[in-house]
Amino acid sequence: MSEHIVPLKTNVAVWLTLLVLTGVTAGVAFIDLGPFNTVVALVIATCKALLVVLVFMHVKYASEKLIKVVVISALFFLLLLLGLSLADYTTRLL
Amino acid sequence: MATAVIAPERENYLNQEYGIKSWLLTVDHKRIALLYLVSITFFFFIGGFFALLIRLELLTPAGDLVQADTYNKLFTMHGQVMVFFFLIPSIPAVLGNFLVPLMIGARDLAFPRINLLSWYLYIIAGILMLHCMLTGGVDTGWTFYTPFSTAFSNTKVIEAGLAIFISGFSSILTGLNFVVTIHRMRAPGMTWNRLPLFIWAHYATSIIQLLGTPVIAVTLVLVVLERALHLGIFDPTRGGDPLLFQHLFWFYSHPAVYIMILPSMGVVTEIVPCFSRKRIFGYNFVAMSSIAIAVFGFLVWAHHMFVAGISLYSALIFSALSYLVAVPSAIKVFNWTATMYKGSIRFSTPMLYAFGFIGLFTMGGLTGLFLAALGIDVHVTDTYFVIAHFHYIMVGGAVMGYLGGMHFWWPKISGRMYPESLGRFSALIVFLGFNLTFFPQFILGYLGMPRRYWQYPPEFQVLNVLSTAGSTILAVGYLLPMVYFLWSMRYGKLAPANPWGASGLEWTTTSPPPTFNFEHTPVVDWEAYDYENIPAPEEARVAG
Amino acid sequence: MPDSPVAVEHHEPMLQHHFADMEQQRQASSLGMWLFLATEVMFFGGMFCAYLIYRYWYFADFATASKSLDITLGTVNTAVLICSSLTVVLAVRAAQLGKRQSQVVYLALTLVLGLAFLGIKGIEWTSKFKEHHVPGASFHFEGSVPGHPDQPVDQQHAQIFFSLYFAMTGMHALHMVIGVGIFSYLLYCAWKGRYTPEYHTPLENSGLYWHFVDIIWIYLFPLLYLIDRKK
Repeated sequence: MSEHIVPLKTNVAVWLTLLVLTGVTAGVAFIDLGPFNTVVALVIATCKALLVVLVFMHVKYASEKLIKVVVISALFFLLLLLGLSLADYTTRLL
Repeated sequence: MATAVIAPERENYLNQEYGIKSWLLTVDHKRIALLYLVSITFFFFIGGFFALLIRLELLTPAGDLVQADTYNKLFTMHGQVMVFFFLIPSIPAVLGNFLVPLMIGARDLAFPRINLLSWYLYIIAGILMLHCMLTGGVDTGWTFYTPFSTAFSNTKVIEAGLAIFISGFSSILTGLNFVVTIHRMRAPGMTWNRLPLFIWAHYATSIIQLLGTPVIAVTLVLVVLERALHLGIFDPTRGGDPLLFQHLFWFYSHPAVYIMILPSMGVVTEIVPCFSRKRIFGYNFVAMSSIAIAVFGFLVWAHHMFVAGISLYSALIFSALSYLVAVPSAIKVFNWTATMYKGSIRFSTPMLYAFGFIGLFTMGGLTGLFLAALGIDVHVTDTYFVIAHFHYIMVGGAVMGYLGGMHFWWPKISGRMYPESLGRFSALIVFLGFNLTFFPQFILGYLGMPRRYWQYPPEFQVLNVLSTAGSTILAVGYLLPMVYFLWSMRYGKLAPANPWGASGLEWTTTSPPPTFNFEHTPVVDWEAYDYENIPAPEEARVAG
Repeated sequence: MPDSPVAVEHHEPMLQHHFADMEQQRQASSLGMWLFLATEVMFFGGMFCAYLIYRYWYFADFATASKSLDITLGTVNTAVLICSSLTVVLAVRAAQLGKRQSQVVYLALTLVLGLAFLGIKGIEWTSKFKEHHVPGASFHFEGSVPGHPDQPVDQQHAQIFFSLYFAMTGMHALHMVIGVGIFSYLLYCAWKGRYTPEYHTPLENSGLYWHFVDIIWIYLFPLLYLIDRKK
């Protein structure tokens, strides 16, 4: 991690955004969007996670690429597990 | 010369400190490697003992040595011990721990105390496993398939599951240590392209250990919870899906086989150039193929489930991906062969093991392609064909690589030479014993003999007898090195720093190395496998 | 470049022998923590995989079961963790700026928030226990499938939901407990003045761990609590 010190304003802004997004995701759950409820919930969750990873965990300010490679690799293999497993389950009754 | 040491011994990592505390509380990666060596050899004996009992039972068609339930325990515990307590740690924990810092010019691994913790986790897991075996054992097969393991088996599934869970963390920590070490602790001038390919192989192995092992860890947690609380996550009578367990289990256990083979490939890649006096052919290809094996290895797991009930479409995808994963392995075989072409070959013991590896791994790999073909798999799955396939890779491949590596680096580790003619003789015994044990099993499987059965139709007896005969020869082949390695520690010829004339930083320091590995931090300005500029051992040999 | 180990000069009491300098040590520790977090992604990932598959199979039953979770407590807990991530960031920042007092305050706040999260979780679990939603012999779920008041929820499917609910929130809570333990130790060290602008690696790396546990909850909350809250 670099010795770049994130400005206080940035941290507070991210914090407030996270709280707002939490409220939004809870509120949107009461609105009927059909199958898109799940999509919206996951998109919001991903935005929140990105904010935490990039700012709070400093990945945006990391001086070298290696940390970003580690994060992306972990996500890639997770999606592999989820995706290829679901490939079986969603095609079983076809 | 076979005399014991008369002259005062230079201080090295072995004699720097004496006493059991200095070993059990060591943070020296070389000592930890030896702690692992002793432990995994112990478990190899245990796994081998179960194997011999299996082969004894299978001498006759009738189930007359043990009861069926006992036989289930034998093959289960043979598999669990060999996979989790021998093969997965073997090369990384022994040779990797010893050599990774030396090969990159570092003083130790990045996290020496975590390295020791890794060994202690392995020991705790091992003790738990031993206790489990001694108090009734497990009979689910090493694969723990549900719902038998979660709802019906009357054996110590929870204990075995917990033991493997703990051993998994040992594996994860070793992998973590290697990745950080290789990224952060290379000596000046040791760029990625100058790294020994042994290091690339261990880097790739470590990636698999890091990303795959947690999945089986959490799966075992779920199995233990299901068994203890009667949940239903994997039980079809309670709304669960047994295939979910298999997906989660094989997501790790297929890449696990690459954990078992990649380090051996790394060993072979060090041995072949040395005993061909030639630089490795296609360095970049070998390095990249190691990474490719690690990544592609995660894409193929459901080929273990072709007949289990997965959808036809996903079976097609996994079959195609399984063909793909063979390509980087094949590339390596071509590279090793091309290295030997027009080389100056010496048939020393490590090279004999390397030859054995290349031939037997190729056979095992090709038969894997048979299994990847859906149609053939329907015929041979769950038969001795599969057993022969994976033993060709794990025994003919991985264990041969391990033995070759042990012989190659024994002078560095112990400061002594093992007796060369005995070494060659044992390699031959291993090769012959191995083929006699496992080749008949290809035929048996193709003819229809199922795996995990304790009795079989009489027409299969001849092949089974051949296989059992082979296993006793193989056992002799394995015992001999243990005996002469121990013998050599007291009576073996003193080893010079570089008895083989090999390339690599580990050969520039003394045999055995001092605790801090190097007198001065090496500065590297030469390429790897620089065999044009390294004198052959005849010129370099030091008397006594 | 330091030569033999004897010649290594120990300006830095926190420098371990096998490292060349503090920067190498810091980078190694940081990479080590990130790799560990990658393993945790896969560890939780296995349970997310099981959850997603059964949610796909038993969506209607899962939706009704999900409605029985307290959305207010869940939302509050999410906010609690987000606040705790902020206090962790501010604690690290205080160390970067050499402010010992602020470090202690923010670490203490983090602990309070972490314990608050665990307390609220305890309340939720207790109510689940009282409603007989804990998987096991006494499990019983009263409810009907969304949109079909005459169709009761399948007991087995509901039990699978709750098995995964307790497994996932339980594993998360275990990680929170470990985090509270680690941060208690950090609070002690910070109070002793051990973290300076030059050396605060344990604080940074533990912060990464805490944020990661927060991210797991960021996904658990919508997946478990918000499947279908339509009136």
